[in-house]
Amino acid sequence: MRDRVVVIDYDAGNLRSVARALDFVGASPLVSAEPADIAGAGALVLPGVGAAADTMRNLRERGLIEPIRDYIAAGRPFLGVCMGLQALLERSEEGDQECLGILPGDVRRFPAQPGLKVPHMGWNTIEWRYPHPVTEGIPSGSYFYFVHSYHPATPDPALVLGETEYGLRFPSVLARGYLVATQCHPEKSGRDGLRFYANFVRWARDGAPVPAAAAAP
Amino acid sequence: MLTRRIIPCFDVDRGRVVKGVSFVQLRDAGDPVELARAYEAAGADELVFLDITASAEDRVTTYDMVAATAEQVFIPFTVGGGIRSTADMKIMLELGAEKVSINTAAIQDPDLISSGADRFGSQCIVVAIDARRVEGVPGSWEVYSHGGRMPTGLDAVEWAVEAARRGAGELLVTSMDADGHQQGYDIELLRAISDAVPVPVIASGGAGGPEHMAAALTEGRADAVLAASIFHFGTYTIRQVKEYLAARGIPVRPVPDPEPIP
Repeated sequence: MRDRVVVIDYDAGNLRSVARALDFVGASPLVSAEPADIAGAGALVLPGVGAAADTMRNLRERGLIEPIRDYIAAGRPFLGVCMGLQALLERSEEGDQECLGILPGDVRRFPAQPGLKVPHMGWNTIEWRYPHPVTEGIPSGSYFYFVHSYHPATPDPALVLGETEYGLRFPSVLARGYLVATQCHPEKSGRDGLRFYANFVRWARDGAPVPAAAAAP
Repeated sequence: MLTRRIIPCFDVDRGRVVKGVSFVQLRDAGDPVELARAYEAAGADELVFLDITASAEDRVTTYDMVAATAEQVFIPFTVGGGIRSTADMKIMLELGAEKVSINTAAIQDPDLISSGADRFGSQCIVVAIDARRVEGVPGSWEVYSHGGRMPTGLDAVEWAVEAARRGAGELLVTSMDADGHQQGYDIELLRAISDAVPVPVIASGGAGGPEHMAAALTEGRADAVLAASIFHFGTYTIRQVKEYLAARGIPVRPVPDPEPIP
């Protein structure tokens, strides 16, 4: 069971889409809210859409916060998607919500600008800052599907694996050790999105070396 | 850079696509899943399924269709038609639709927009607006409900503003005057609504070629264009449309390479 991909079940809106994409790439994920399943996962995926406050409340009410913290602290393979990325940071401007604080940084609303519609909805490019196992075979500048009104920000440039431009340049993919988190929805991003999931699953299973971001400019 | 979206639309009756689709070599042109996969491969950015199934009993076939599509298709798709409550929305979203589109139900009960947005997030809620020009009053459009059969007395721009204020994440704006004529979208309508709301607008009704889509995305300030016939009948491929738009400086997502999904 140590190689089982576990998708955390907390009623997130994209839970099933994420599970379907993992299933499509052959991972046969287990959807579970059991702390024992989380602790024993070969790879853990935190999905999420919607409001930050709902996400944090759901995680808390289901007793999932400590199991997630412990799992990540142990340096095990982890993927956060959309709100599953935002939840890892310290705070969200959305309802001034305290988040998990696993990664330094916060979540901010896109600034009001003429002609800039919010939510940021549709296909946008991600520029990779350095090579990483999850981006293998996906050229820098490939298109992914986004839908969000708040964007991540971090003071630590070493965390930034991918960047996207929408009114401003924001870190759209964060990575540290065996943790990867993406603001876009790879499960809705066609072939490149499926490739991203396939890469993550393979990386988690094979235990490939964790790349250093230090080479990033 | 955020790209403009090209969205093919299908009419679905009892789980089958109606109005022949002839452009692709398909074993079964009525099979929504096969069609959706073909359009995904052809470069569609999103898909819209409009469920025209009349009876509630037959709607179960739509549920099966949505579930089957979600297992095989990995671009966002919206389901509209017959969604009257947050319970209906929940079913479609859980089955795998990315968004739901509401029209008549939102007009009859505008609170449905807010309750849907509160419960599932604005990004899931598309409000579809069918609008017709008011004769003799330039720059004025009236909203119609019940598939365009009933005038509502609502002004289209005012209704668009209210729908967005109540939490619609996107508006699907169909010109009833232009629909079916393939002579171009109603640019003035699109622009009036796009300028009045902070959320993305999908242009619908009247697409006859890529030049109409370019006009909707530039002069009309739409964020996405929806079309049915020109794609289904093979008049234009999505690649042709995207190449046309890209050549005019309109950002589009290139059609993916025809390599297998990993």
